[in-house]
Amino acid sequence: MSRLSRVLGAAALAASLTAPFSLPSTAFAQEAGAPAAKQYIPLATYRVGAYASSGTPVWGGTIDYLRYLNEVEGGINGVKLTWEECETEWAVEKGVECYERLKGGRDGSPVPLFLPHGDPITKALTEKSAADKIPLLTTGYGRTEAIDGRVFPYSFTVLFSFWSEASSAINYIAEQVGGKDKLKGLKIATVYHDSPYGKETQVPLDLLAKTYGFENIQIAVPHPGNDQSAQWARIRQIKPDWVFLRGWGVMTAVAIKTAAKTGFPVDHIIGGIWSGSEEDVRPAGSVGKGYLAITPFPAGAEFGILKKIKAAIVDQGKSDLKDLKSFGSVYYNSGVIETIIAVEAIRTAQARFGKRPLTGEETQWGLEHLVLDEARLKELGADGLVQPLRLSIKDHEGGGAGKVLQWDGGKWNIVSNGWVKSDRELLLPVIYERAAAYAREKGITPRSEDTAEASAK
Amino acid sequence: MSFFLETLAGGLLAGVMYALVAIGFVLIYKASGVFNFAQGAMVLCAALTFVTLTERDVPFWLAGLITLAIMVTLAVAVERVVLRPLVNRSQITLFMATLGLSYIIEGGSQFVMGASVHELDLGISDLPVAIGPIQLSSFDLVAAASAGALVIALWLFFERTRIGVSLRAVADDPQAALSIGIRLPVLWAAVWAVAGFVALVAGLLWGARQGVQFSLTFVVLKALPVLIIGGFTSITGAVVGGLIVGAADALAEIYLGPLLGGSVSTWFAYGLAVAFLLVRPAGLFGERAIERV
Amino acid sequence: MPPALAAALAPVRRPVLPALPVRAAGLALLLAVAFVAIPLTATDYWYNAILIPFLIMALAGLGLNLTMGYAGQASLGTGAFMAVGAYATYNLLLRLPELPLPVSLAGGGLIAGAVGLVVGLPSLRIKGFYLIAPTLAAQFLIEWVFNQVGWFSNYASSSAISAPRLVFLGYDLSSPAGRYALTLTSVSVVTVLAWRLVGSQTGRNWRAVRDGETAAAVIGVPVARAKLSAFFVGAAVSGVAGALWAFAYLGTVDARSFDLDRSFQAMFIIIIGGLSSLSGSFIGAAFIVLTPILLTHLSNALLGGSLDGGQISNLQRILFGALIIGFLIKEPNGLAALLGRLRHPAR
Repeated sequence: MSRLSRVLGAAALAASLTAPFSLPSTAFAQEAGAPAAKQYIPLATYRVGAYASSGTPVWGGTIDYLRYLNEVEGGINGVKLTWEECETEWAVEKGVECYERLKGGRDGSPVPLFLPHGDPITKALTEKSAADKIPLLTTGYGRTEAIDGRVFPYSFTVLFSFWSEASSAINYIAEQVGGKDKLKGLKIATVYHDSPYGKETQVPLDLLAKTYGFENIQIAVPHPGNDQSAQWARIRQIKPDWVFLRGWGVMTAVAIKTAAKTGFPVDHIIGGIWSGSEEDVRPAGSVGKGYLAITPFPAGAEFGILKKIKAAIVDQGKSDLKDLKSFGSVYYNSGVIETIIAVEAIRTAQARFGKRPLTGEETQWGLEHLVLDEARLKELGADGLVQPLRLSIKDHEGGGAGKVLQWDGGKWNIVSNGWVKSDRELLLPVIYERAAAYAREKGITPRSEDTAEASAK
Repeated sequence: MSFFLETLAGGLLAGVMYALVAIGFVLIYKASGVFNFAQGAMVLCAALTFVTLTERDVPFWLAGLITLAIMVTLAVAVERVVLRPLVNRSQITLFMATLGLSYIIEGGSQFVMGASVHELDLGISDLPVAIGPIQLSSFDLVAAASAGALVIALWLFFERTRIGVSLRAVADDPQAALSIGIRLPVLWAAVWAVAGFVALVAGLLWGARQGVQFSLTFVVLKALPVLIIGGFTSITGAVVGGLIVGAADALAEIYLGPLLGGSVSTWFAYGLAVAFLLVRPAGLFGERAIERV
Repeated sequence: MPPALAAALAPVRRPVLPALPVRAAGLALLLAVAFVAIPLTATDYWYNAILIPFLIMALAGLGLNLTMGYAGQASLGTGAFMAVGAYATYNLLLRLPELPLPVSLAGGGLIAGAVGLVVGLPSLRIKGFYLIAPTLAAQFLIEWVFNQVGWFSNYASSSAISAPRLVFLGYDLSSPAGRYALTLTSVSVVTVLAWRLVGSQTGRNWRAVRDGETAAAVIGVPVARAKLSAFFVGAAVSGVAGALWAFAYLGTVDARSFDLDRSFQAMFIIIIGGLSSLSGSFIGAAFIVLTPILLTHLSNALLGGSLDGGQISNLQRILFGALIIGFLIKEPNGLAALLGRLRHPAR
């Protein structure tokens, strides 16, 4: 090796190892002086990896809504928004690295909240974000116990936890068979992704089965779920009345195809939130017709806010989406919905703390006092899209209802009667128990409702 | 009883699909002595290319030809650029190189063609077909038939043609083969090209089965037990190994799974492979390696 | 002489190391930086996203290096051994809270070592590349066991575990600086132990088995004992790394955190860093952990917004794969050898 190349090699190595030092520091910068004009929101996204096709439409919805807010409404009460993406590949380490890198804020604006977008990432960040006082906002996924804000002040499983998903699915089935008393004796099989995400619904389904008297059969599908012939052969043997599909990624499409292959009626399969988007069903092709899914993110482009986004952003060529077919899809709308929730929480907090970029602590107050009633939703153009929400310290979920969609081969149609609610009165006590157990294990003292109010600035 | 037969039949048919992927591995092992982890990425690349072309209204046969050309070029390029410089290194090193290669092909394919899920419709309907008391998938039957045809074609290629005989000579002793005038570069290129073709067929069938997307690369993880059981150097072995793994997996999943409370297919095939290794290290049809001091 | 033959006959190039006083000074400088300079200057980000994962992956790579680099036993089970270490430490911390933290960590490591021993048993009959198979079987099986058997994760609904409390001698170690201190101390202690082991008779036996198993058996090296001890020690070291990964770095893990990708990562680290080189594990870990982060920063700085995050990731993947292949072709003995030769251009 010549001298020159050796020297270059050494220089490159040294540069690569010391470069991070020389790049702008992201130390937490919050001066007491003049407030910055823009609120910074970090976006942990994934555009590569096994789940990229599920993720890309979500960021499309989020970014389009943020652009709409900035351009048409001038931000939140005049405070415009800026954001930055950080690729996580849905992997824990990258999610943690993104969080650590971006949590300090930017240009004088602190981070108001963090959307982890991924179950494992959420779990890894739970304690860190509590220590950093940055609320984690997880809509339609995340730790169910975090509904109890007394133990999890900085984790918000808003809208629809997995327990609510299971319960709502059962309630929809009950509607189909003529009432909850008719559930007795039914066989309901859950085909689930063999991972913590998939197993999250085992406990609530067990409880619901005992309460309503149906038979609860759990069938595991190993990751990634390429080949489910054995599982569906078993289903053929068991002959359940309904199948609840808790899939993720490729598992959903293969499940639908295999079900059709083995003769199970596809219109008796209800998929959960993350088995319920166009990207999940399309690869199954024509056999997917009739497949049902329950989700807090209804599909469709007819909602008021979506029409506004279309006019102001999409039609002007400013959309983040490369494939405009995804506009109005379930995942695109999920991005819009969770951003609406985040923005409204910030707005609620601004009413108390001032119209400026807010900190995580202040946004946490906003989240815990978030009320989105029918009137406000109509104003936003989101009635029918976002369910009515009321959060509090004991209820970080706020809603707990979903709509049931049916695939007609080309698009989703809403087939449920409005929002199908879950059995919250039944589930909340168990959730509180689990939160208390977590608190005991970690040595956390749960907040009481009065001290929480008092400690807010 | 019919349930058992049905499970078995389903497993065997799945096994044929695994064998299809394993054959690609066997070819490359015969040519370059390496377990090509990048085969999975090549399957993905083939399927993605094909689907991207057909979505732009390129007719089937033309898309197939173009994809074939691309795969063959890719395979030959890989052989020259990656494998040739590493020719005398340990198997682990070669394996790691193919791992690095799989990163390149995966990243490259998705960079150029995007990461969304595509439906691949080969025009084969997938409705259940009843044969006696058991129900089979018509798609799987067609896949099995295609794989069977491929195997016969490859067997003829390797047993009856000059290239096949030369390949066995090279696998046995590269120096001796060189010395009698066998042109290694041409040979390697030919075999890798065939492997590219096999990747295309596997990509099309697997893509039609589960949609074309990133997780296609995971099929490679089932190929290793198939090869261990069948032997790294035998196409027949790949087929037999595939059938064994497919059947064993399905039966274990149905009968053992509920006993243990979960899906066992992530590790069962590997456990079986280890058992084979302890008893018959070269696999059922592989060549026994002679160890010298 | 055909080049292939010449390559086969060339002597194995060992990394060239400078003279002892220079090495001692270099090491002292490194330790001073690690123990003194960094705690004074580092930010949260540096601790949480760079230093701690680097140290832990170096340790995991070290474990694999002992098994694979020094003793020549191929293994793709590093992820599984890390998982065993993590879950074992968790259970010790949970069920025997009287034990001080270092004892629990060591206990977790020893349990992982025992598992490694069992996984290594097939190595008595299976050699070379095929040894990958039983280690892969172990990788998948162990991942499955932790996913299935609720006892290990204290019946958490998601088989996820997190450290009850990281306390030692009354100090709460859960701050980034505290976790860094824990990690650095553990890694240093284990590295020193490994270094002693490598220089001892056991280490010599390992190298003998690696360089020629049949010949070693002929001259009386206890081959079986050497192989099994390599698996034991390697797995134990990786187990400690796994426990640190779970509690000092991420805070929470589930069975999938230690999957096959983790094993591949460890193998990359030692191949790029240098097989049978302790410093190589660290150099390799620095490369593997830092490169993606560096590439992210670079692409943000140079390419700005013209490519979206996904495209940048794909480019990173391509670059990473190319670098790996490049290293394997150009520098078979890893970065350690490369750096050694930079110091001594004449050889």
